[in-house]
Amino acid sequence: MMKNLLAGDYIHEKILALMLVLSLAVLSVLSDKFMTVANILNQGRLIAEIGLVALPMTLIIVTGGIDLAVGSILGLSAIVLGIAWKGLGLPLGAAMAASVGAGILAGCCNGLLITRMRVPPLITTLATLALFRGIAEGLSQARSVRGYPEWFFFLGQGEIAGIPVQVIILVVMAALFWFLLAKTTLGRSLYAIGSNEVAARYAGIPVDRIKVLAYGLSGLMSGLAAVIFVSRVSTTRSDMGSGLELDVIAAVVLGGTSIFGGRGTIVGTILGFLLIGLLKNGLALTGVKGDATIVVIGLVLILAILASNLAERYRH
Amino acid sequence: MTTETSWLAARPRLRSTLLSQEAVLLLALLGLLLIVGLINQRYVAERNLISIALAHAYIAVAAIGMSMVIITGNIDISVGSLIGVLAAVSGTLANMGLPIVLAWLLPILLAMLISGSLGILVAYCRIPSIVASLGYLSILKGGLIIWTGGAWITDLPENFGLSLQRWFGIPAPIWAMLVLTALAAYWMRNSRTGRSFYAIGGNAEAARLAGIPTQKLVVLVFVLNGMFAGIAGILFATQLKVIQTTVPPYLELTIITAAVVGGVSILGGTGTVIGSTLAAILLAAIGSALIFIDVSPFWLRATYGTLILVTVLFDLHRRRLQRRAL
Repeated sequence: MMKNLLAGDYIHEKILALMLVLSLAVLSVLSDKFMTVANILNQGRLIAEIGLVALPMTLIIVTGGIDLAVGSILGLSAIVLGIAWKGLGLPLGAAMAASVGAGILAGCCNGLLITRMRVPPLITTLATLALFRGIAEGLSQARSVRGYPEWFFFLGQGEIAGIPVQVIILVVMAALFWFLLAKTTLGRSLYAIGSNEVAARYAGIPVDRIKVLAYGLSGLMSGLAAVIFVSRVSTTRSDMGSGLELDVIAAVVLGGTSIFGGRGTIVGTILGFLLIGLLKNGLALTGVKGDATIVVIGLVLILAILASNLAERYRH
Repeated sequence: MTTETSWLAARPRLRSTLLSQEAVLLLALLGLLLIVGLINQRYVAERNLISIALAHAYIAVAAIGMSMVIITGNIDISVGSLIGVLAAVSGTLANMGLPIVLAWLLPILLAMLISGSLGILVAYCRIPSIVASLGYLSILKGGLIIWTGGAWITDLPENFGLSLQRWFGIPAPIWAMLVLTALAAYWMRNSRTGRSFYAIGGNAEAARLAGIPTQKLVVLVFVLNGMFAGIAGILFATQLKVIQTTVPPYLELTIITAAVVGGVSILGGTGTVIGSTLAAILLAAIGSALIFIDVSPFWLRATYGTLILVTVLFDLHRRRLQRRAL
């Protein structure tokens, strides 16, 4: 049975799915609040923002890059939303567009620094992690923006046929990203870049353009997540999304995407953020305070990679 | 080409000294002191200069270990959380009535163990350091919240305040920063192990084939990183009469910024701890300057981010220049 399970492709995804089922079983026995519709829908709202950003992060890590700035882009986009609406007096729809636009701009800025200036992704996004958060803090001067109109809360607090709106957005986006990575030439190119960038270049793949696109998508999704975040919590603050990069990268790596590039799937990432959301929630239900639930991310992240390395060795 | 550059090109030693990151940082620091000092004299008053060095002394100490780790081509993003945990451990031990020296030393040992285990995961279990230390960050930060609930540690013994002591008029953390930087710089430059760290970061496979025990040395560099983080943790814990058990936000980022702005290449293989200490002081000097020229401190983080980018772009440009000069 064990041998059977470990045979063939997608070992990592299988292990994750198994862990997911196990934790579901354990948690539903441990807490009677866990397997309730209300709790699961509420968890969907919390997972959506991590999930939305984890999708483009998968593309980036598949190319062998990394984006540490996503949390700061989320914060910057949120502040732009608040300032464009309250400060500049734009209609809220235009402010939302400006917010997502700021995200795209920030993401492309990362992509251009990485491709034009040849600054390594880790250091580029480490710098812009500080820079974008700094701009958000500087622009907001620690003032929060509140008082959004009722219709705006639909994105973050509304539901369609009983399902939270952002969960529907997440499902649609996940399908799009799955299609992009698994079924298109662009997707194959992302794997090619991650496996051997020089070879990809010689094969005529427009490596730089694809990389800028990947970081731009990351900015776009961070901006989208920012609008949903603001809509969910009804306020805009400059510290929004701080630490998001941890959750997101943990979800992607947990999902089996190799940090060295060239390997990873959207299905794995989906399993990754579901598992993280689940375990955080389970821990919270047993009475651990919100911030402390990140302990479980760290443990699961390290254990999953150890298990995956062991399984790999067992196979050979 | 202007005559000035060709004059410099004829003097390769002077040229490489002037182009070194340490010289650039020193000039930047002196320039900043001069310009802001002209605008507001109180900026260069002895009191403020000491408070600048004092503010980032523990960051400079942690940046020594971080520099070594980055020189081997690894990174540790859990060090901020580790410092937070150590501060809490130290305060708790002191309040349990242990001899003060033990309350200072045991956390350093603990840090070497924790960071060493991270090194084992990186070297022997082949988990990339960014991922492994990401995991440690979560565990340490979350663990600290579970353990202390965010409550401050108060009623510390009188003699606990190591950082509050002054020797020859200079606060103890500044001494620690200077002495440790000097020792580490000498050791990195002249010891076999120190040279090996550079070799591993330059080309790990070549280093292994040359007979350098790369796995053991990677564990060692993380143990050393733990030691410096431990000392930084004690300096951090003893600077006030209470210990705030929440980790200062973005502490690891500030420490990594000091190392990178100090000239440690994130690609591994180059950089010095003198550079990282100068950079740590420069970062503090910028923070203080913002106050003296009346710029909102909310712009501080944006300044740091710009500084990393400028340094890295400058570094890449300089490498191209040096390659051309060869």
